[in-house]
Amino acid sequence: MRGGLDLVPTSPQALRRADFTSSAEVRWCPGCGDYSILAALTGLLPELGVKRENVVIVSGIGCSSRLPYYVDTYGLHSIHGRAPAIASGIAITRPDLSVWVVSGDGDALSIGGNHLIHALRRNVNLNILLFNNRIYGLTKGQYSPTSEMGKVTGSSPVGSTDQPFNPVSLALGAEASFVARALDSDRAGLTEALRQAAQHRGAALVEIYQNCPIFNDGAYDSLKGPTSDQALIRLEQGRPIVFDDGRSCLIRDPSSGDLQVAAVDQVDPARILVHDATRPDPSLAFALSRLTDLSGQIRRCPIGLFRQVERPCYDDLVRQQVSWSAQPETRAAALSRWLAGPEPWTVD
Amino acid sequence: MTDAMVRLVDHVVIRFAGDSGDGMQLVGSRFTAETARLGNDLATLPSYPAEIRAPAGTLSGVSSFQIHFADQAVRTPGESPDVLVALNPAALKANLADVRLGGLIIVDAAEFTPRNLAKAGYADSPLSDGSLQDYQVEAFDLTRLALEAAQPYGLGRKQAARVKNMVALGLLTWLYSRSTEPTEDYLNDRFADQPDLRQANLAAFQAGIACGESSEAFAVRYEVAPAPMPPGQYRQISGNRALAMGLVTGAHLAGLPLFCGSYPITPASDILHELSGCKEHGVITFQAEDEIAGVGAALGASFAGHLGVTTTSGPGLALKMETIGLAVMMELPLVVVDVQRAGPSTGMPTKTEQSDLRQALWGRPGESPAVVLAAQSPSDCFDTAVEACRLAITYRTPVILLTDGYLGNGAEPWRLPDLTELPEIPTAWSQRPNGAAPDGSPRHLPYRRDPVTLIRDWAIPGTPGLEHRLGGLEKAVDGSISYDPANHDQMVRLREAKVAGVVRDLPDLAVDDPSGQAELLVLGWGSTHGPIAAAVARLRALGFDLARAHLRHLNPLPANLAQVLDGYGQIVVPELNLGQLAEMVRARTLTPVTSYSRVRGQPIGVRQLVGFLRDRLEGSEPDRAEGTPDRAEEELS
Repeated sequence: MRGGLDLVPTSPQALRRADFTSSAEVRWCPGCGDYSILAALTGLLPELGVKRENVVIVSGIGCSSRLPYYVDTYGLHSIHGRAPAIASGIAITRPDLSVWVVSGDGDALSIGGNHLIHALRRNVNLNILLFNNRIYGLTKGQYSPTSEMGKVTGSSPVGSTDQPFNPVSLALGAEASFVARALDSDRAGLTEALRQAAQHRGAALVEIYQNCPIFNDGAYDSLKGPTSDQALIRLEQGRPIVFDDGRSCLIRDPSSGDLQVAAVDQVDPARILVHDATRPDPSLAFALSRLTDLSGQIRRCPIGLFRQVERPCYDDLVRQQVSWSAQPETRAAALSRWLAGPEPWTVD
Repeated sequence: MTDAMVRLVDHVVIRFAGDSGDGMQLVGSRFTAETARLGNDLATLPSYPAEIRAPAGTLSGVSSFQIHFADQAVRTPGESPDVLVALNPAALKANLADVRLGGLIIVDAAEFTPRNLAKAGYADSPLSDGSLQDYQVEAFDLTRLALEAAQPYGLGRKQAARVKNMVALGLLTWLYSRSTEPTEDYLNDRFADQPDLRQANLAAFQAGIACGESSEAFAVRYEVAPAPMPPGQYRQISGNRALAMGLVTGAHLAGLPLFCGSYPITPASDILHELSGCKEHGVITFQAEDEIAGVGAALGASFAGHLGVTTTSGPGLALKMETIGLAVMMELPLVVVDVQRAGPSTGMPTKTEQSDLRQALWGRPGESPAVVLAAQSPSDCFDTAVEACRLAITYRTPVILLTDGYLGNGAEPWRLPDLTELPEIPTAWSQRPNGAAPDGSPRHLPYRRDPVTLIRDWAIPGTPGLEHRLGGLEKAVDGSISYDPANHDQMVRLREAKVAGVVRDLPDLAVDDPSGQAELLVLGWGSTHGPIAAAVARLRALGFDLARAHLRHLNPLPANLAQVLDGYGQIVVPELNLGQLAEMVRARTLTPVTSYSRVRGQPIGVRQLVGFLRDRLEGSEPDRAEGTPDRAEEELS
């Protein structure tokens, strides 16, 4: 199987972060998690070794969607929710481009939910970054499709009554071939997730937990700081899933197959679940995603790569069906034949 | 055998009608091919039931195909058939009201059983109750003829009975002295691998011819002489197919691959089907998850350097509007095809209307100018689509191309274009920076413009050194976000002026006023072209002077429009809406115009338009200019 960047021309000279930094003044609120995501991306892009002019970043609407202005590649700041659709048109027509979608929880999961699931289902060669701050930021603080139930906001003064989405579960249900979750403050983990996404051929969804210091500050505090290991379940390929400073682990119920949290010293080490994101069946990845606590303070949350499988890439399949002669004369002749159809007649 | 006399007639309208399983569209298209081979001018229109599999034998399951052919220019598929072929009682009942009094009705007698009569809602058989005394009715046992013809080839009874459509075709082929070769060639080719079916169909076709020759029913058969047509190679073409071909040709002339992002919708889906079969022409079709994704992907493809198009009908156009606005803002090529249907909302999807003109012109937030074009006939869909591609690419602008169900499904002969005679469409992509950053380093300024045409410099991804960002937010010339009042004021006016400036590229509005004495001008747009031309021709034949002009470009309007209108005391604007063009013309030119408005889901009736125009020409005061037609008029139609 080819990698996500295999058809993208490589840069003859080494590029640096500065080459990918545009002259536009970054205008996110002080302390916004978007800054660290931007830094991770502009740090990674030169490392990918592709030509700068062959990178395209497409965004929708929202705070996160300002990102294309800050990266000196080709970019498109589109309209609310439509970035996956627009990016699909770019990726299908141009296999020589590395196409990134930047979106937020409102953009990708509310107004653009339809486009997201279909881009994942088709497996278009896109890297989709879902900045999830669990709030509407640009419209000043309404609850989003990932906000916890009961959230008090400007549009839910006595608490929201909406059940939130779990974006990883949603993506897995939509047949995604690559699903990862990362944390804005974890530069190394985030960079690694972005790198894996770029190198994956097909649609890669990276849910990024991102703090909004103005309208939803501290949403991910339980996943940061010295006590975070109690909540964070780090998924490492080929490694037993152990967390809480080595005290807890995941095992499968032998009869139902359900995942259970167990004390490491209470189980046979052979029963501890070994993480394998490449399993063809998504059931276990889905079960992992369901361990995510969707309440206001997240008490438990798997993080890392949930799923990466090989699946034919939609745009590759589409292009395989299409042929177009390099010779204009040949093209004209074929076109003339088609225009004439099977039953032309002549008037003298 | 009778030796029927041959009589020359100048034009004939035939409608083939039957159950949707009876193969009426096939019979119609074969009769059309036979007619085209003889050099008649012609126009056709199919009519399908709205239900995919309506109950057999019911009124809602009737499918029909109408052809109008003549020894002169044919403008419309015709209104009142001279001949109705009705393969069952429901087909007779559903179509009888349209048949001209005295017209010929051919039925399959075998189908007029008590059960089938009941399904169609007949208490008594119309073949025997005297209700058809104003028509010439010929009842043949087409089913028996089909079974006998197919009998030697081992088909089951059901399959054998199905070839009765070929019996009917053979009968009409004989009656109108058509060429048999196209149908025989077709059957030989279509059933090349199924010798039994091939033989059975050919035998049924011959049986129909023999039936005509041996029947006492027909004292005359008819011939229609060839129509004078410019020399060249021709084919039969429907509007939707011509439009698909025009899009592919437009992209070809630009040297760009075509990308069509669409969502299926009646009556536009045939364009998507047609383009989906064009893989060898480099066409990528993307059947999107919804209308919005279709246009979004198309815009993405244009950004990436393909020609992005999307095809839809009115409700879909509404969903695409925000993205079309983005294309206005990003100034990228985008061709949006709206095959209009009767609205609002779901309306009548299989019926025609021209009521999306306002939506196309003004249905977007903000000051959001787009080029709007309208095709005039099925074959003109090709030329208009090429024109749409040319303007979209040249001016980096969305172009909305309006056709409608009547044009999309209607068909007529089309003189094939010589591709080498069509001008190329330059894309003129930027290759080098056109400006400098504040620090003096070379930089692509995406909104730097040609000072005359105001066309912006366009660079596609993959071009080194020209990296830039576009988007829906207002921009300064360098592509940076700008909330500066003066900049916004300038950009709004620049976008408007750029699209308005397309007028420099357009031909003046041509007026058809042979005597130069006309006082009354009929001004139309889109698919009313045929009915208006036919009505004007009839009135001229009666000795009236009247002029006619037809708009292809709705935005911008031709430069000489106001001047043309100034030359006439009366201006009548027939439209399949409540007067959308009439209102715009009044607003733009301050010229009083009379709207002739029809919203019946059908093309404008020539006879009614003739009556209306005649009243105006004779100075009487018709009182139903903008209202619904009165009852008498409806009954006439």
